[in-house]
Amino acid sequence: MTTIPFKLPFNIKLYRPVSPTGVWGWLTTVDHKKIGVLYGVTAFIMFLTGGIEAMLIRTQLIAPELKIIAPEVYNQLFTMHATTMIFLAIMPLSAAFFNFIIPLQIGARDVAFPRLNAFSYWAFLAGALIMKSSWFLGGSPNAGWFGYAPITTATFNPGNGIDFWIIGLQVLGVASLAASFNFIVTIINMRAPGMTMMRLPLFTWMTFITAILLVLAFPVITVALIELMLDRTFDFNFFNTKAGANPILWQHLFWIFGHPEVYILILPAMGIVSEVLPTFSRKPIFGYPAMVLAASFIAFMGWLVWSHHMFTTGLGPIANSVFTLTTMLIAVPTGVKMFNWLGTMWGGDIDFKTPTLFAVGFMSMFLIGGISGVMHSFSASDYQQQDTYFIVAHIHYVLFGGSIFGIFAGIYYWFPKITGRMYDEKLGKLNFWIMFIGQNLTFFPMHWVGMQGMPRRIFTYDSGMGWAFWNGFETIAAYAIAFGVLIFVINMIKSWNGGKKAGDDPWDGRTLEWSIPSPPPVYNFRDIPIVKSLDDFWQTKQNSSNSDAKVKSKTKVSDIHLPQPSYWPLLVAVGLTIAGFGIIYNLLFTGIGIGIMLITVCAWSFEPVNEPDSH
Amino acid sequence: MSVEIKNQSNHIDESHSHPKPMTYFKVAMALVILTALEILVFYFDWLGYGIIPVLAFLSIAKFAIVVMYYMHLKFDSKLFTYVFLAGLILAAVVILWLMALFGWFV
Amino acid sequence: MSDETTTGLSHRKLLIWVFLGSDCMFFASLIGTYLIYKGSGVLHPGPADVFDIPTTSVSTFVLLMSSMSMVFAYAYLVRDDIKAFRIWMFSTMIMGSTFLGFQVFEFSEFYFHDDLSPQTNLFGTTFYALTGTHGLHVTIGVIWLGIIFYSSLFRNTVTSKTNLDLDLAALYWHFVDIVWIVIFAVVYLFGTFTGFPSS
Repeated sequence: MTTIPFKLPFNIKLYRPVSPTGVWGWLTTVDHKKIGVLYGVTAFIMFLTGGIEAMLIRTQLIAPELKIIAPEVYNQLFTMHATTMIFLAIMPLSAAFFNFIIPLQIGARDVAFPRLNAFSYWAFLAGALIMKSSWFLGGSPNAGWFGYAPITTATFNPGNGIDFWIIGLQVLGVASLAASFNFIVTIINMRAPGMTMMRLPLFTWMTFITAILLVLAFPVITVALIELMLDRTFDFNFFNTKAGANPILWQHLFWIFGHPEVYILILPAMGIVSEVLPTFSRKPIFGYPAMVLAASFIAFMGWLVWSHHMFTTGLGPIANSVFTLTTMLIAVPTGVKMFNWLGTMWGGDIDFKTPTLFAVGFMSMFLIGGISGVMHSFSASDYQQQDTYFIVAHIHYVLFGGSIFGIFAGIYYWFPKITGRMYDEKLGKLNFWIMFIGQNLTFFPMHWVGMQGMPRRIFTYDSGMGWAFWNGFETIAAYAIAFGVLIFVINMIKSWNGGKKAGDDPWDGRTLEWSIPSPPPVYNFRDIPIVKSLDDFWQTKQNSSNSDAKVKSKTKVSDIHLPQPSYWPLLVAVGLTIAGFGIIYNLLFTGIGIGIMLITVCAWSFEPVNEPDSH
Repeated sequence: MSVEIKNQSNHIDESHSHPKPMTYFKVAMALVILTALEILVFYFDWLGYGIIPVLAFLSIAKFAIVVMYYMHLKFDSKLFTYVFLAGLILAAVVILWLMALFGWFV
Repeated sequence: MSDETTTGLSHRKLLIWVFLGSDCMFFASLIGTYLIYKGSGVLHPGPADVFDIPTTSVSTFVLLMSSMSMVFAYAYLVRDDIKAFRIWMFSTMIMGSTFLGFQVFEFSEFYFHDDLSPQTNLFGTTFYALTGTHGLHVTIGVIWLGIIFYSSLFRNTVTSKTNLDLDLAALYWHFVDIVWIVIFAVVYLFGTFTGFPSS
């Protein structure tokens, strides 16, 4: 492995990796495709751990008055299950696609800030490790994924669990922010010539809007977590009722973040569906401008609805009415999207491959989840539904039937592009049907059980309540979901290296990523494409009379310059991790961690983006 | 939106107007005067709650001239303005809405 | 390697404006918290008891002038007058550090003299959190400027060609200044009031 020296202040010479291979290659990569794979694999493992947490929850609830899992552990399980699925599974799985696909869709060779991109992965890994290590280091957080004060204050929660939650989320927040800043600049500033904003693929548009939501929403939860941490570690009074504090402040700050967060969770999946349906219907998306406008409206309105999570906290009739109205309004643009997806498929030459199945599954499941959402939006009826399994049903229809199904559609859709191979279609369909049936059997009965009064977050229930049958039913169905996921894992392992070779364009796709080899070469495009329309690749294919007559590229691969690998992003993340653990255990380490970060950030900034004469 | 390909270099694009050093000094003097006014008004007890719109006006004016002139937003691409205003307006809305929810405007 | 960007604007400059938009939400949450708790809890020590407006006014002027100094530093760098750039850069750092010094002085006066700590009451908590976070931002700014100053003095790598680096730092510096403009008005000058007049 050769290295290039570069000078730091004080005449220190450091060596920079050039084309490293093996593990060191992965640790120093700044290639968006490799980073996407890292995100995807890590996030999927996290998804599995969150699934195990769910299976344990369901097992405890399979029959009334069971004592398989102690209540204290149960509280940690539902907290970690939700936190894992939201922050360690859905968001980074979406990020895996942002990373791999966005530069390909806009005709770029990489993102705007490749090292920042690498850093966002390593920080994500750090946050995941901090969060999950809580299981082994004295107990996980136990106050729900939304961590309401004052139950999270030191008075009522003296152990380390909540501290792990706070620090884990802060580190994850840093990762998400870094990635989002990167994608905003990339999408604005690195589009191929002719790729106007209104010619962007819809997945890219949804990513762009998601990233904007993220950079505006995460600072709010950052502040909330800082305030909680200051209370816990230094006895500040933000949530100290004895000092006159109002704990509802936590709920407001959390949900000002939390509501945009749920749109952050769903918009990428909607973007994936908006790619899959046109491809497999062999028709352009119906109403492209309306799709962009609807998503923008959702993002805008998402800031004005947060207290619908707080209808039962005594905000008063005026506040409740205002938030009811705004929440009902936000259902409208989603309806627009639904009709546009239907319009896309209508009259199309539909090929029900696995991605299509998951996309249609997304539509139907999200529709059901959306309908129950409208039911909660009315503050009066929400009084009955709040904190019951009715809400749990809603959550899982939109997040599992919605986000996860959308992500699975994306995995199957882009699997050939990422690996160069086809997945097993039979196993894929089997995976879909088991997950689809399992999802409905598990979560639909929760609507009834919730209406019958079963509260959320209870570790068991009395045998006289009449909830036993459906809970047992739901648990068995949940095991079926797990089985479905197992089928998926088998398919992935079998097909990653052993599947049929896919070729550049197995689906006869519409967008630019299908115009390059599978897997893409490290430089993505030999020649940066010149874009003339929406779905430019599709148009090119229709217009070319002889598809064999590909114009020979005059660009020499050796002339293409790519960003150089670097180990600074990894090292900054290490410093961040040490600083984080320091806040939990010993502030000395926070000092050390900050010191490391200062040095490594400086070194990063002194490292040139590209070495002269580098390739 | 048509695409213009320009060179991204560290070199500043001098083609649009650039305030002269004198303008910067004038802005600084304006900041001094506005701040002095703010402090003066602080001591006017007779204003009572009327101080709120006065302070709001003065501090917004200071904010605006620093952003437009020192941060160059007036002379740079409108994209920067949109990006910054998005965060700023949302921030203002959130503060005001929170104040309303906690009974400030009752 | 192609240096073209779609908009013709620098990646890094766009990045910092997006970051500043995001930072507005960060400070909004802290200012919002401050305002929500204003006039609640144990009222003394409160703003009227501890604030020394004349002293804080001086530090406010210093920070404002540091923005002017920053602008001059940049203007001279663009004209390749490195000596003048260094002088104005150094002066910005001095003024920024002076502001921090005033903050430290103020905090210790409140803490030791007025018995106002973050633990004392809601005012202590929210005041120290908000102004402390702002002070941290200023500190990061001074360090950032220091690194550029060092690069200029000892490595001679700061020239009109690399003015973007300074432009970014300057934008951050001015932002920290405008946040203080808001804090000075909302926290200090509005301090003696416990809220809006009740109906």
